[in-house]
Amino acid sequence: MAADGGMGHATKRREDVRFLTGRGKYTDDYTPAKTSYCAFARSTVANGKINSIDTTAAAEMPGVVAVFKGEDFAEVGGNPAGWAIVSRDGTPMQEPKRPVLAHGKVRHVGDAYAAVIAETLEQAMDAVEAIDADIDELDAVIDMAGALANDNTLVHDEIGTNMCFDWGWIEDNRAATEEAIKNAPHVTTLKLVNNRLVPNALEPRCSIGEYDPGTGDYRLTTTSQNPHLTRLLISAFVLGIAENKLTVHSPDMGGGFGSKIYHYGEEALVLAAAKKLNRPVKWTSTRTEAFLSDAHGRDHVTKIELACEKDGTFIAFRTETMANVGAYLSNFSTVTPTFLHGTLMAGNYTVPNVYVNVKTVFTNTAPVDAYRGAGRPEATFSLERVIDKAARELGINPVEIRRKNFVKPDQFPYASAAGLEYDSGNYDALMDGLEMRADLAGFEARCTTSAKNGKLRGLGINSYIEACGIAPSNLVGVLGSRIGLYDAATVRVNATGNISVMVGAHSHGQGHETAFPQVVADMLGIDPMSVEIVHGDTSKIPFGMGTYGSRSLAVCGSAVFRATEKIIKKATLIAAHMVEAKPEDVNFTDGEFAVKGTNKKVSFGDVALKAYIPHDFPIEAIEPGLEETAFYDPANFTYPAGAYACEVEVDPDTGKVEICSMVAMDDFGNVVNPLIVTGQVQGGLAQGIGQALLEHGVYDENGQLLSGSLMDYAMPRADDLPNLVVDHSNATACTHNPIGVKGCGEAGAIGSPPTVVNAVIDALQRGGHDVEHIDMPVSPGRVWAAMNG
Amino acid sequence: MPTITMNVNGAPVSVEVENRTVLSSALREGLGMTGTHIGCDTSQCGACVVHVNGKAVKSCTIFALEADGADVETIEGQAHADGSLNVLQQAFQDHHGLQCGFCTPGMIMSAAALLKENPKPTEAEIRDYLEGNICRCTGYQGIVDAIMAASGQSTAIAAE
Ligand code: FES
Ligand code: FES
Repeated sequence: MAADGGMGHATKRREDVRFLTGRGKYTDDYTPAKTSYCAFARSTVANGKINSIDTTAAAEMPGVVAVFKGEDFAEVGGNPAGWAIVSRDGTPMQEPKRPVLAHGKVRHVGDAYAAVIAETLEQAMDAVEAIDADIDELDAVIDMAGALANDNTLVHDEIGTNMCFDWGWIEDNRAATEEAIKNAPHVTTLKLVNNRLVPNALEPRCSIGEYDPGTGDYRLTTTSQNPHLTRLLISAFVLGIAENKLTVHSPDMGGGFGSKIYHYGEEALVLAAAKKLNRPVKWTSTRTEAFLSDAHGRDHVTKIELACEKDGTFIAFRTETMANVGAYLSNFSTVTPTFLHGTLMAGNYTVPNVYVNVKTVFTNTAPVDAYRGAGRPEATFSLERVIDKAARELGINPVEIRRKNFVKPDQFPYASAAGLEYDSGNYDALMDGLEMRADLAGFEARCTTSAKNGKLRGLGINSYIEACGIAPSNLVGVLGSRIGLYDAATVRVNATGNISVMVGAHSHGQGHETAFPQVVADMLGIDPMSVEIVHGDTSKIPFGMGTYGSRSLAVCGSAVFRATEKIIKKATLIAAHMVEAKPEDVNFTDGEFAVKGTNKKVSFGDVALKAYIPHDFPIEAIEPGLEETAFYDPANFTYPAGAYACEVEVDPDTGKVEICSMVAMDDFGNVVNPLIVTGQVQGGLAQGIGQALLEHGVYDENGQLLSGSLMDYAMPRADDLPNLVVDHSNATACTHNPIGVKGCGEAGAIGSPPTVVNAVIDALQRGGHDVEHIDMPVSPGRVWAAMNG
Repeated sequence: MPTITMNVNGAPVSVEVENRTVLSSALREGLGMTGTHIGCDTSQCGACVVHVNGKAVKSCTIFALEADGADVETIEGQAHADGSLNVLQQAFQDHHGLQCGFCTPGMIMSAAALLKENPKPTEAEIRDYLEGNICRCTGYQGIVDAIMAASGQSTAIAAE
């Protein structure tokens, strides 16, 4: 056990000190000598045929050093989708090429078709204005149902359809589910929209390309949640630069939430331009560009049916969803609405029949991909909204209908009807904890008080499960993934006893620099401050897959654990040699190697020094040095789960919803740093409440993004949010990773949207309004219309 | 190009700017002081807040020329002389008032201005004052808790 700050300790974050003093170093804070600046010309129309792009005038503007167009990259590869999904009829998905710069056609507002490099950013921006683009505006494909019905107006002419694929999960369950619904005593149906969101990490994307003609080495400094994956995509698919000649470095990062997982064309452009110009090329996104070109999230139109007995026992869930993928397939866009969504459609419940059909649709909008929660918020929202509606129709309390159908603690491991095996959980305990923590028993009294104040009060309940710790490579391989989803860590014990841990995960707010050392220090019985994390730079770290899907600790942390185990094993050999004992007689506890039954011992620090000064080593038995690498591939997903409660007050005169309380009771398995975990949940809750009440990426029928700035897109502000009560004490350890952790990054964003909407509907129902559903964001206008409609 | 002089965190500096250069760019590019962040182009996010002559200002909303001769305080000047965190910064660390750290410089500068005006704000006053500072990571809970603590008041909800 570490003296202080080991596993389970609410250690303050060490990285905070540099962030609090203005010493963080984010990508835009780097400006190499001789940097030139890049600005992009972006389409102002949603769908357009490029007739010509005349850059002559732009090229002659002051300070301009180069102008690039789509045809300059016509010969390089496309940015691929990471998962190949097969349609129900066995045909592969449609995969139109995603070019570095638009070529022939522009396909969404913000689609970049040219780039100017100049001595200063202002000069580059001025020159973009001088580009003469002759683009014929075509009808835009915006509405998903219309896009599927009409093959005359296409996003990608060459594929002849706007549908990417038509996926069934599990196709063999289709008929049985249909039959179960046909014969069920009660069927509840709900149509709903999961609103499009813009991730809006506060730091805009930024990329700097550099090239060294002496060595032929490229360097990309960029905002990436997974530098190795970005390097692989650039090397293997887009530019063909040898991986060992390309370093991708992602320094401090100002949030990502999914939007910085993906490789974007701007990264390829600055690299190619840096080589051509033999000088660094830097591009920093404006917020306006971020709205138009970052991958968006959600955007499903869904019909869900729940078949059940009159007593509320679930018989079947059937879901039909149209999922927007936007104009191009972003790297994870095909897995998000499918395997990260359909496999969760059994929820926390022992329902025997589940079937999900997802049609993904190309539209003339920004690409849509994984955003905090990624598919699982969509699944949870559909399930928990239809369950609430069914409870109301059947006259069953919303807590009771959920409890009635929960997988029970003695049923784990539990094979869900949607194809996953949940390893551990106790959903009743979470609901018990919620009832206490949210004081559900006191709700009616609070309702009365609200009524006296002229407000309608409502209570929303929700249970969720998510599949995190993404992901077992063997499983995802079967399901169409083109990559493995293990992670990797190297633990290097330096001669003086301090430790560098090189990890594939990459923190962008999650506090890895604090939490990972807690694991290592705990295992080695040393001060966590002697352990330092190295991350974000492909030239320093082993090949890991980065940070997303609540995977860092469950997958990369497990790699750190395994590598540290190897360190202990080797150090034990060295210690045994030092004290002249057999390795099997040496025990390692509290940072000391001791020989059983004797008082002979040697400290970890002495062993570390010896490892590097091996004057008397038996060289055939012990190698010098103390450094180990582990690749960890999870045996299963992890299954965080929770029960949430929200109370709202609705103003009947204005329709304004105020959140009075939000309580999150989560099971994340073992917790390494409760301070960080609490913060992760609070942040997720804010994004989920934002989705429920405020945020909406809205395109008009011409494909113009109406909510394309922070003035129009309602980000949650401090005064929009209540106190967020978070509790993760009702935990069941993950059974298949060595730390027993499940992951906490996305839970809040998954669990909160249906909780809030359930509360609003409850308030309206209690107020005598027969309102069954309001689509998110549940804005005052929508609530008022529903009450008065 | 005109040259302006300012007192930044107590030290006199001069920097060449264009007429259109905003103060945030003068600090970041002109002076290499990258602690002040740029999160938007519509003066909405507050990542760029600094103090100009004692007042909190979004540094992307004023031209550098307007700050000629001014006293400017930035995040880089907030810690104690020995490098240790000041009370507000320390409270942010203690109460997990930051995650990615990108909004943090602006949050600290806004919160410092709030506490100067109103040394014991209520939670509602804190939330109201921070309306112009967006944080995408924390849900503001840790930030509100930190400002309460820095003003010597107990926090609403402790982290579990
Ligand atoms: S950069 Fe967003 S308000 Fe100044
Ligand atoms: S800590 Fe990331 S935006 Fe506030």
